[in-house]
Amino acid sequence: MQRYTDVICSFCGTLCDDIEVVVEDNKIVDVKHACRIGTAKFLASNDYEHRLLKPMVRKNGKLVEVSLDEAIEEAARILKDATKPLLYGWSSTSCEAHSVGVELAEELGGVIDNTTTVCHGPSVLAIHDAGYISCTLGEVKNRADLIIYWGANPMHGHPRHLSRYSIFPRGYFRERGQQDRELIVIDVRKTDTAKIANKFIKVNYGEDYELISALRKVVNGGELREESVAGVPREEIIALAEKMKNAQFGVLFFGMGLTQSYGRHRNIDNAINLVRDLNAHTKFVIMAMRGHYNVTGFNEVLSWQAGFPYAVDFGRGYAWYNPGETTANDVLQRGECDAALIIASDPVSHFPRKSIEHLARIPFIAIDIHPTPTTQLADVVIPSAIAGIEVEGTAYRMDAVPLRLRKVKEPPEGVLSDVEILRRILARVRGEEALTAKAEVAK
Amino acid sequence: MEITLITGRTVAQGEAMEKGKIGEGFTKACAVIELDPEDMSKLGAYEGDEVRVKTDSGEVVVVAKKSSSAPHPGVAFIPMGPWANVIVGGDTESTGMPPFKGTKAEITLAKGERVLSAAELVAQIYTKDKE
Amino acid sequence: MSGLILKNGYVYDPLNGIKGEKMDICIENGKIVEEVSDAKVIDCSGKVVMPGGVEIHSHLAGGKVNVGRMLRPEDHLKNVYPKTKLTRAANGYSTPSTFLTGYLYAKLGYTTAFTAALPPLMARHTHEELHDIPMLDKGALTLMGNNWFIMRYLKRGDVELAAAFVAWLLKAVKGYAIKVVNPGGGEAWGWGRDVRSLDDPVPHFDITPREIISGLVKVNEMLALPHSIHLHANNLGRVGNFATTLETMQVPNGTKPARERQVLQLTHAQFHSYGGDSWKNFASEAESIAKAVNSNENVIIDIGQVVFGDTTTMTADGPMEYYLSSLTGLKWANKNIELETSPGVTPFVYSKRSPVSAVQWAVGLELALHINDAWKVLLTTDHPNGAPFFKYPTIIAWLMSSKYREETMKEVHSAAQKNTTLATIDREYDFYEIATITRAGQAKSLGIQETKGHLGVGADADVAVYDINPEEIDPSRDYKLIEEKFARTSYTIKGGEIVVKDGEIVKVVQGKTLYIDARVDESLEREVMRDIDYYFKRFYSVNLANYPVQEVYLTNPTPVQIDATNVR
Repeated sequence: MQRYTDVICSFCGTLCDDIEVVVEDNKIVDVKHACRIGTAKFLASNDYEHRLLKPMVRKNGKLVEVSLDEAIEEAARILKDATKPLLYGWSSTSCEAHSVGVELAEELGGVIDNTTTVCHGPSVLAIHDAGYISCTLGEVKNRADLIIYWGANPMHGHPRHLSRYSIFPRGYFRERGQQDRELIVIDVRKTDTAKIANKFIKVNYGEDYELISALRKVVNGGELREESVAGVPREEIIALAEKMKNAQFGVLFFGMGLTQSYGRHRNIDNAINLVRDLNAHTKFVIMAMRGHYNVTGFNEVLSWQAGFPYAVDFGRGYAWYNPGETTANDVLQRGECDAALIIASDPVSHFPRKSIEHLARIPFIAIDIHPTPTTQLADVVIPSAIAGIEVEGTAYRMDAVPLRLRKVKEPPEGVLSDVEILRRILARVRGEEALTAKAEVAK
Repeated sequence: MEITLITGRTVAQGEAMEKGKIGEGFTKACAVIELDPEDMSKLGAYEGDEVRVKTDSGEVVVVAKKSSSAPHPGVAFIPMGPWANVIVGGDTESTGMPPFKGTKAEITLAKGERVLSAAELVAQIYTKDKE
Repeated sequence: MSGLILKNGYVYDPLNGIKGEKMDICIENGKIVEEVSDAKVIDCSGKVVMPGGVEIHSHLAGGKVNVGRMLRPEDHLKNVYPKTKLTRAANGYSTPSTFLTGYLYAKLGYTTAFTAALPPLMARHTHEELHDIPMLDKGALTLMGNNWFIMRYLKRGDVELAAAFVAWLLKAVKGYAIKVVNPGGGEAWGWGRDVRSLDDPVPHFDITPREIISGLVKVNEMLALPHSIHLHANNLGRVGNFATTLETMQVPNGTKPARERQVLQLTHAQFHSYGGDSWKNFASEAESIAKAVNSNENVIIDIGQVVFGDTTTMTADGPMEYYLSSLTGLKWANKNIELETSPGVTPFVYSKRSPVSAVQWAVGLELALHINDAWKVLLTTDHPNGAPFFKYPTIIAWLMSSKYREETMKEVHSAAQKNTTLATIDREYDFYEIATITRAGQAKSLGIQETKGHLGVGADADVAVYDINPEEIDPSRDYKLIEEKFARTSYTIKGGEIVVKDGEIVKVVQGKTLYIDARVDESLEREVMRDIDYYFKRFYSVNLANYPVQEVYLTNPTPVQIDATNVR
């Protein structure tokens, strides 16, 4: 029996790094400190019946088991034959895999995009326009006395966010924890997070932008004439604005309630500017509640290697970036890509039908840890080891703090890491011999 | 009845997803629609009834559930997953982001109709036509 | 690896006192050697040969640089290079992609570069980016001027524990030197405040910037680290800040350096040499700062020269970035980092028509020209704050030609004429002095002069060959030629291999990563570890076990061993 401490949970952007895992005979038998979803992820790694274990290639319309070499060969052929392949997913694997992915996209002249495209893509667009006034989560823990979640429901999406970083923990300047802080939730529904808040403000669907503008008006000393804005009475808006101005350290966490609703990046742009306005009065910061555990890491790697955080098209030989054109859903819906590689993601479940109708038509490769609706439609399926459980690597928390993922058990026999699979595909795309010892040493 | 459809993560969805998307748990967690209780009585639906949700993009049968986040009349929630996404609108309006929250949908009763599993749903809707 | 002979070049090697003598440089196994038998001969006649350039202060890599990239996609539509067989697709102007950063430095003849500000909690990120910067040996100056542990120890007068903590931190984050940015101001920014003088107390910590600086100077000399403390003083960019700067230079008075180097490097001094009392009468005080440097044995500066154009400012000085963005109204990014520091980023345009920009441009050159001893001046632009680093050739040309300065002066706002002394200066740098401020002096300041910054036997074979014939070219007159030739080497040799030929990359190599591995007394270490453990459990958002950076992140990890067991 082996006990591992300080293990990092590779589920959500909270990236809890205090997990204890007990392993016996290469099986995880106990998980401590993780949330329900995290625990499920650790324990599910044992469940080989529901894991992908064998590579498969579609032959005569059916996926049949093949050798790994054959699957790699077929994957490389599909990608090489394509004019414009789409390389999508990435948010649930390591930065080391991202790095090989960027190199592969560059080699192929393809489009590379990650799940940012369907979560905080609009936030990235807003950052391009307005900036980003933020901090690390420990700053929130040590200093924040006013915590706002807007269009975010961490009780479901980031179950330990509240207890590790925001409302519950004791901090250096907040010795009494929750008693020293106030929690406000703004949402269209009274979510489970709203239920534990000191105050819940219900905003009409699609009118977040208006509410942010009203708050900015009050913060900047303007007079609010409307009886109510976005379904929120004037007095409540004025009270909230005053509370924000008078906080010692305020933080606005926002989620997909803002990025995916009407207004999209405009909502975030306005919210960032609200926080900027507040900085004339006090300390205030804003932070995106990033979903997948390493969605942030992909943005980092692509930015330092290619200059842009997501949705990069290498078709010209250099990085071209134009969200709305080079983003995965747009590339799919225009029918522009003629092959795809999907890794560590399940777009067939999570993309709109219009996008998937095209994906189903083109040849594509799926690399994943277990069967999904995406592997069901794929032409090549390659099983992979779980980063953060079966392989080491790097991941970036939602506040861009980078951590080293740990390995606590061996992957199923014959199953390689994403990094290894991608390197082998890249080598074959380049026409190099199947991976040599030299390439092995390269990293 | 017309509603605004929003989609997103739930703990149950996340947990079921990590256990594998083939099992029944995934269907139980995601093939549901959380409705405002008043909307439910207007519709004549009870907890556990099948309903059909139809948008410009398509339709899907899911199970009605009384929302624990009510009141939010006119707004309904389906956890992210294939059931939600076969009916979510596609147009990103050149932002890259499809309207995962805010697709207009029509709900009707579909008592007794079968709720498809993820695999069945995918097989029914998407065809792999090899050129 | 077979040898190389660089034949017949005009060699400028200030650390060995060689001033343009015609001689051969022999290379074998990555080192400069006395002689070599089996060697490829490169004809360097009519060319200048210098040690590979050494960069001491450039925002090369890390979270802040990447925030700059994310903030400014427009920056990456400029300076675009498609993929080649040898090189990766690359882009970016003020925040070049990692690959481009390496390629561009190599083309300038640089072979070593230190990133200016590593925030410890984000160190892994900095190293991931450094990993992806080819062509250079690397290191990271580590931010400590607002660190809670250090402020608490120094307040209590526990210099030994502070030293033990610094030793632990450098090893944990694989850092190279003590960087201090707006001491105390970074912590105050946690509450949206700043400190404005050396004696302003830091909120809640009851310590002053003066105490932080003098404490860290003591720590640095106690540990006898290769580099001195590297200080970004308080009040950067503020009107009339020269008074604070002059006072700051006096803080380490009486300190004896533990090595043959300065006690304090005042970084990007240009941004700290301003007079006047409002933006309307903004003026240069470079001459007073230069005088103080001339008469102070403990202090050297790097310039932080401004070159006109668009750039991205980035610093761990959070309040300053907020202040700057409030002046310009441009987009602003900020990132307070728990217990450690608070960086910010905002775009900026240095305009020839702006009186302030014109004065800033002149101030940097004045500093370089008024400070008599070239060993006390290091060429930097505080990349990308004053300008991107690849503008160095322009600055070199300005320093070598008073005529070029005059020409530029005609194009810029008259404030440069009226509010600075630049127009009155005739001094022109020679090649020897240029070699001093771009490689020898930088290596000496960093304490790597045994292997870097010179061409004596035993040095690393890092060499730059420029297509300049000093007997034919008169830099004073041919300044455009100087600008052009320093921008692309004939040859850059890194670790004995030709990596650039005629301004093009011919080989991509991975450099070393230097970091400090200082050993302190065991009981002292135990004591400091108890504190570290206590603080991590309570106040950090990551567990102590997940904080240190593993060696796997470093290219060719090269620890510099320091025995500091006598500290107690």
